[in-house]
Amino acid sequence: MMLSHVSSELRPVVEELTRRFHGRLGTCVAPRSNEIYFHAPLDLVSGCCAHLYRNWNARLVTVFADDARAEAGVFHLYYVLALDAAHGFLILRAPVPPETPEFPSLANAFPGVNWQEREVQDLFGLKLIGHPNPRRCALHDDWPEVYPLRKDFDLKTVLPPFQGERHKFRKVEGEGVFQVPVGPVHAGIIEPGHFLFSVAGEPVLYLQLRLFYVHKGTEKLFEHLPIAHGVRLAESISGDSSFAHATAFCHAVERAAGVDAPPRGRVLRSVCLELERLHNHIADIGAICTDVAFVTANMHALRLKEKILRVNEHLTGNRLLRGQACLGGVRFDWDASQLKVLAGLVAELRPEFAALVQLVERSSSTLDRLQTTGILKPGVARDLGVVGIAGRASGFDHDLRRDFPHAAYDQVKVKVPVYQAGDVRHRLRVRVDEVRESLSLIEQFIAKLPGGPVHAAVGEVPADRAALGYVEGWRGEIFHWIRTAPDNRLARCKIKDPSLQNWPALSEAILGNIVPDFPVVNKSFNLSYSGTDR
Amino acid sequence: MLGILGKSLSTGIVTTSYPATPPDVSAHVRGRPEIDWANWKDARPAAAICPTGAIAYQDAKGQRVARLDLAQCVFCGLCADVDPAIRMTHDCECAARRRADLVAAAGYRLKPDGTHERLTSPPAGTPACRGEASAAPPPSVEALGRQIKRRAGRIFGRSLHIREVDAGSCNGCEIEIVGLNGPVYDVERFGIHFVASPRHADLLLVTGPVTRNMELALKKTYDATPAPRLVLAVGACGCSGGIFGVNYATRGAVDTVIPVDVYIPGCPPNPYALLHGILTAIGRLRPEHGC
Ligand code: SF4
Repeated sequence: MMLSHVSSELRPVVEELTRRFHGRLGTCVAPRSNEIYFHAPLDLVSGCCAHLYRNWNARLVTVFADDARAEAGVFHLYYVLALDAAHGFLILRAPVPPETPEFPSLANAFPGVNWQEREVQDLFGLKLIGHPNPRRCALHDDWPEVYPLRKDFDLKTVLPPFQGERHKFRKVEGEGVFQVPVGPVHAGIIEPGHFLFSVAGEPVLYLQLRLFYVHKGTEKLFEHLPIAHGVRLAESISGDSSFAHATAFCHAVERAAGVDAPPRGRVLRSVCLELERLHNHIADIGAICTDVAFVTANMHALRLKEKILRVNEHLTGNRLLRGQACLGGVRFDWDASQLKVLAGLVAELRPEFAALVQLVERSSSTLDRLQTTGILKPGVARDLGVVGIAGRASGFDHDLRRDFPHAAYDQVKVKVPVYQAGDVRHRLRVRVDEVRESLSLIEQFIAKLPGGPVHAAVGEVPADRAALGYVEGWRGEIFHWIRTAPDNRLARCKIKDPSLQNWPALSEAILGNIVPDFPVVNKSFNLSYSGTDR
Repeated sequence: MLGILGKSLSTGIVTTSYPATPPDVSAHVRGRPEIDWANWKDARPAAAICPTGAIAYQDAKGQRVARLDLAQCVFCGLCADVDPAIRMTHDCECAARRRADLVAAAGYRLKPDGTHERLTSPPAGTPACRGEASAAPPPSVEALGRQIKRRAGRIFGRSLHIREVDAGSCNGCEIEIVGLNGPVYDVERFGIHFVASPRHADLLLVTGPVTRNMELALKKTYDATPAPRLVLAVGACGCSGGIFGVNYATRGAVDTVIPVDVYIPGCPPNPYALLHGILTAIGRLRPEHGC
């Protein structure tokens, strides 16, 4: 392997790892300086991940499979490890022969991959060995034995009506213990999912989550669309993160094609990501207030959100920034009058947002409900690999914008708020700090907006290239991993929304809290069901 | 407390007067696409670039039938980028009572190279959008706004209760629906309330391609809603399955699972489009609904 292709920061890790496992690790390829692949045997994966975790503080950010039986005669498992300090990714690829379709679980050592491993088991029919809870996850219990992400399963398969139980919940027993089932259709205007609370009196003893109600076959669908159409599909993975998901997808394709977005396009990308962050954070601040009955604050928040959505529409033609993402940059450039509107928004939001925050901060009854509610302890957050807002409110000092600068984030200094308390109050605080930072970032971006085109041509992408795209969305880190196929199509698109990582943390944060506080705790995480279920 | 009051007073009224006044949208907004059928030279480039299949065609014996289906359209504008006969309008209020009203199809005689020689049959049912000529023009939005108080008053005791059901959406539609409850669109000024249970609802606002996993929940929600009830399919996915279509995990359009009274296209429909759809639905209440 040519170590010269590896970034200087990752090189020591790669060298040490190769030494440590002397030659057993298999081929190492470095398609990009911060994205290094090891073709490792399956039995080495767990030791390798543990080693990287212990010695290099690596995070196992996603585990997924790829049906490469046609090309390589095996399934491939991928383990993506982020080395935040070295600003790079190490990816282990391990073969699973179709004759013995099974793989060892890492969930005991890395609880954060618990659901992801089960998803592999459900969608690829690869059996988990040694998993603490190997029940179905992505497919509900009433589904027949099908493995939708195998290549020999047809996307358009019509499955017979489902029968039987959706999900067998664990029993919680004891004197005075009640079960409270909620969902999938909820009381508010939110996405569907099922929560089963086990309570003794008011406090919650145990919360079981049942998701994947909005599983739409999205990853499979990507394999059936031309790459360009994939951008539009990516916008519909999670509506609140339309631009972030589409951009992560474009980023992956651009990396596979070896094309860089032009400077102006990268800046506009960053501005759009900040606009998305702004409207979601402000809406969340309002919604958190509503859940503790401070509706007036929410009305002001909705008013501000509306201002942002209107500017989005003025800049991109769509209030959720849809249609703006494109391969190679962004689709629409902004003229002077549009930029003036954007600058006007920032100027207007500054005092307006300060007033909103003041309204909340001065309401002692609101703060009383938020403080010490739904605590996620830093140790638990770290074990679960919690990312994004929830991670930062529980001591995890991390943000891809700073640690893996994409788009134009290498040109600014992103301040990352980090708190240790991990309660609803501090998840709100992270949002407040980030709104202020977003406003300042947008200002910095427009102040030094370079000229030139906003997108580069991305021609035909060569087949059988793998690439990881990443974006820090407003909720947390988003990954899209692709493997290309001939004729500008994809053989695989793996989507990792931060929600998938963070859901289990909600079950931890709610323990010991009272059921009436669940809505506000849930809102403080505000995870995407669609992003999780895909 | 005084601070809260002060803030409200200093903010003043921000509520739109829609539908008395037209939607206040940007000059850059992308509404529904419009095809200049008579001068359309070739349906193929637009069909190839359209991500959802909203523009599609079928050729047989030197003839082509080309169509635009607003129920599938996500208003992305890609077709207008490649085809001079297509332009993106600012019109977002596209709600229709019949699925077929959202489809416009035209016939062409083809040249040997596959381009259109001439229009042989102009679109019969043009999309039932505002400002469009159609067989029975829908009442203007203003008129609908006046009707709503009268009809809703008669049938629902001056209040209409809506239950929102996400049957598989990406949550984009939900972002805009939440906006209806905000101070700018303020749906309560019409006596319309969002309620927590289908048992309290007169109208179901359903989003998403209906996933296999939500199919049963949607049916149960529908059954739990007392008659007379109305169902609105929201967004490209709710109207047609959208970009997701029908696959192993989704059933596609809402009307494959429960009967739909009004379709609201868009991706997502903006709050004006949603209001327009809800007003359209109430205008539709006739004796066949048991009232
Ligand atoms: S605007 Fe509608 S018809 Fe045109 S390309 Fe987009 S989805 Fe297709």
